[in-house]
This record gives sequence, structure tokens and C-alpha cells, in this order.
Amino acid sequence: MFYLSDIGKYFIMIRMSFFKPSKWKILRKLIFKEINDLIIESIPIVSILSFFIGAVISIQTALNLSSPFLSKSLIGFATRQSVILEFAPTFMSIIMAGKVGSFITSSIGTMRVTEQIDALEVMGINPLNYLVFPKIIALLFYPFVITIAMFVAIFGGFLAMTFAGVSGEAFITGIQMDFEPYHIVYAYIKTFLFAIILATVPSFHGFYMKGGALEVGKASTLSFVWTSIIIIVVNFITTQLLLS
Amino acid sequence: MIEVKNLIKSFDENEIVKNVSTTFVKGKTNLIIGQSGSGKTVLLKCLLGLYAPDSGEIIYDGVSNKMMNDSNKTLLRREMGMVFQGSALFDSMTVLENVQFPLTMLTEKGDDEIRQRAEIAIQRVELEKDYKKLPSELSGGMQKRVAIARAIVMNPKYLFCDEPNSGLDPKTAIIIDKLIQEITKEFNITTIINSHDMNSVMEIGEKILFLVNGEKNWEGTNKEIFKTDNQSISDFVYSSELLKKVKKYL
Repeated sequence: MFYLSDIGKYFIMIRMSFFKPSKWKILRKLIFKEINDLIIESIPIVSILSFFIGAVISIQTALNLSSPFLSKSLIGFATRQSVILEFAPTFMSIIMAGKVGSFITSSIGTMRVTEQIDALEVMGINPLNYLVFPKIIALLFYPFVITIAMFVAIFGGFLAMTFAGVSGEAFITGIQMDFEPYHIVYAYIKTFLFAIILATVPSFHGFYMKGGALEVGKASTLSFVWTSIIIIVVNFITTQLLLS
Repeated sequence: MIEVKNLIKSFDENEIVKNVSTTFVKGKTNLIIGQSGSGKTVLLKCLLGLYAPDSGEIIYDGVSNKMMNDSNKTLLRREMGMVFQGSALFDSMTVLENVQFPLTMLTEKGDDEIRQRAEIAIQRVELEKDYKKLPSELSGGMQKRVAIARAIVMNPKYLFCDEPNSGLDPKTAIIIDKLIQEITKEFNITTIINSHDMNSVMEIGEKILFLVNGEKNWEGTNKEIFKTDNQSISDFVYSSELLKKVKKYL
């Protein structure tokens, strides 16, 4: 679906979503609804996944640090680096492409199929501003979700190591070891870009879909595939630009 | 009143609406009829301003679409009401919220006045007991009534209906047709209905435009349809064996 004309259409869609704004009173209500649907309701799944993945990262690191010459604090260090640099911003965003992205595509796609978007157009309302703009604004709070993912994943790692008999003190020393604040900046720059991708790519697939109920399902799948691919590519580019 | 002059609309190389000229009369129910793929929906969308015609002119109560800039077109849209084939009600909103929606979005009226006007529109379509219901809790006919209430709540000058009784049983379909006709007279609006339902043609076809392959083939009233010697319209109207037998007794 992403051919050259579609890329142009995608950027026009983003531009148009800022034009002919609906009343602030209405937009405010929509933004709060989207914050609830896209951000607040994602916190439980993000927390559960982060906790267990953080635990698995620390267990696997511990497994590979079998040499008695290596300090146990390296487990905390490796967990922190993996979580902050890659797991929380990138892989959590791919998971969110499945949860949030599919929700956005199917909800907008269903509105397209049932002529609700046509109804907005006939009323003289800019459907892109009404449907896409609140999602973009709501997902600006996405770094909040990623912050939770970072804390919970490291906590998961800490608990796993505590149960495995590694001293909590060594793990915490590892977490604090060689801390580079710029890595946090890098993680949040990526997160911000992924938030925009998560809001706009699924919206594009939902808004411009054609057909019936079956195509809504297909559009959701396609949206997940493209959102994931774009996140991975943008991840590579930002890493190359910011860390190399 | 809406006048259409030499309207042409193509998609890629296919000319869908071919040089159509007609007049849709104010205070009457104007029907666009024809087989599937005859260009009815495209013509309706041109009238709604959703498609820009390739050539020709659409004149809304003396104002040509050619003279309108984007803000004029937006204002014109606010004078239009539309009843979609599938009702197009917003799933997450109640009946009252659906009807209030255009007023809330497009006017500066206070909450009380918006609610009052929405209630009047809902009462007009006799759904006052179902204010708080969601569209999923309503029957097809009731959803159409809500769609009509939403379409008239802004006091439109033009009402467009795309297959308003598709998917409805014949009795409910006639009730919806009659409701649209009553509202047209009551509010003195220009109503244009896109249909291929023969009951609608016979019941409320005060002005009928018959399209064949995007061209105007015949126009007249439901009374004239019985007397016409136009073979295409006769074949279309009396397409079923039952109606052919009925025709013999007319």
C-alpha cells in the first residue's frame, strides 16, 4: 500500500489534520477520550509485558555471565542498557502497534465502511481534524507509557535476580554504573517519533481503506505490518544519527 | 431549488454522468432513479459537493457552484442534510447525541438550546422514547428516523437521501418515504432522493429523473410514468411479472 503516491497522501493527511479545526470544547473532549483509550488503557498490558521481559533479560544476562571474574553488578547494568536503549522504546512500540494501531485502524476503518466519515464531510466538518488530530495529541503522552515500561522492566529484572539469589545491592550498583543521561534523551527522541508513527500510520490505513467489514480486518493487519516496519527503520536511522 | 446544467463527471476515462440537465423543485420530493451503475450516486455526490464536476454547472437557489470559494462551499454544506443508505449514525453516541452533533459542531448555540432543538427534531420523527438508546439498540427503520432527525435539525434548505428505504420491510419503507415527504412540505425544502425502489417512485415521486448509463433518459412525475411511451422507463418500472400484470389493469 505504501507506494510513492501513498507517501504523499500520508503527509497530506497529517497536514490536513491540523486544518479547519473543530471547536476547542469538542476537541478537548475527544483528546481526553483518546488519552484514555490509547494511553491509560495500555498501561496494564505494558506493565505486565515489561515486568516479565525485564525479568527474562536479567536471567539471560546472568546465564551468560557465568565467569567468577565478572561482577554480578553487570547484570543490572546490562538490564538497564537493554531496557532503556531498545526494549522499552522500540519493542514496546512494536507491541503497541498491535494494540493501539489495530484499534485506531479498525475504529476509523469501520467509520469509513459505515459512511460515518462521509457524514462528517457532508456536514462540513474536517474528518481528519476530528478523527486523527486528537489521536496525535493523545499519543504525545506516549513517553509516559514508555517511562512506566522502563521502571517496571528494571524492577522485574531486580525481582528475578533477588529470587535467583543475586544480591539486590549488586543489581542496584549495576543499574547506577556508568550511567549516561544522553541515552535517556536518545530513548525519548525515539519514543516521540514512534508516537507520531503510532498515531498516523494506522489512521492513514483506516481513513483511506476501501471495501467492507472484511477489508477492515485486512487494513488492521496491513497497518500493523507497516507500522512495525516503519518503527524498525526509524529506529535504525535515529540510532545511526544519535549514537554512532 | 437546484438547477443542473450540462453536468459531466468522469473517473479516469469513464464518463459516469453524461451531460445531465434538470431542475430539482423546492417543496417537492425529487427522485433520481435508474439501475445500479447508472450514475445516481455520482450525481448525488456532485450535488452534495463531495465530487467536483468535470464540466457543467449546479445552481443552488440562484447561486452557481462556479461562483463559490471554499468558505462558500462550507456554508452551503451547512444548509444540506443527508440521510445515508446505512444511516451513518455515530456508534458511540446516543440518539440524542447523534441529533445534537451537527448543532454542537457547527453552531455557537448554548447547550440548552441545542438540546431543545434536537428534542424537537426527535419528536418530529416520533422517537421521543428512545433518546438515550445507542444506534445498535435500534431497528433499521428507527435508525433511519434518527438519520432524518439529524439531517433536519439544522433546518436545511436541501435534503439528500441515498436509498433511504433500502434494507427495510415494505411497510416501514413507505412510512419512511411518507415521513420524508411530510418534512419536505412542512419545511419547504428541496429534497432529492436516490432510489430504485418502485414503491417510493409510486408513492412520493413528485418529480422523477430517470438515468440510463449516466444520461437523462426521462423525467416527469409518478402520474406521468403510467402514461409514458418511453420503453426504457416502462421496462424499468414494470420489471417484475407482478407489475406487468398490474399494468394491464391500469
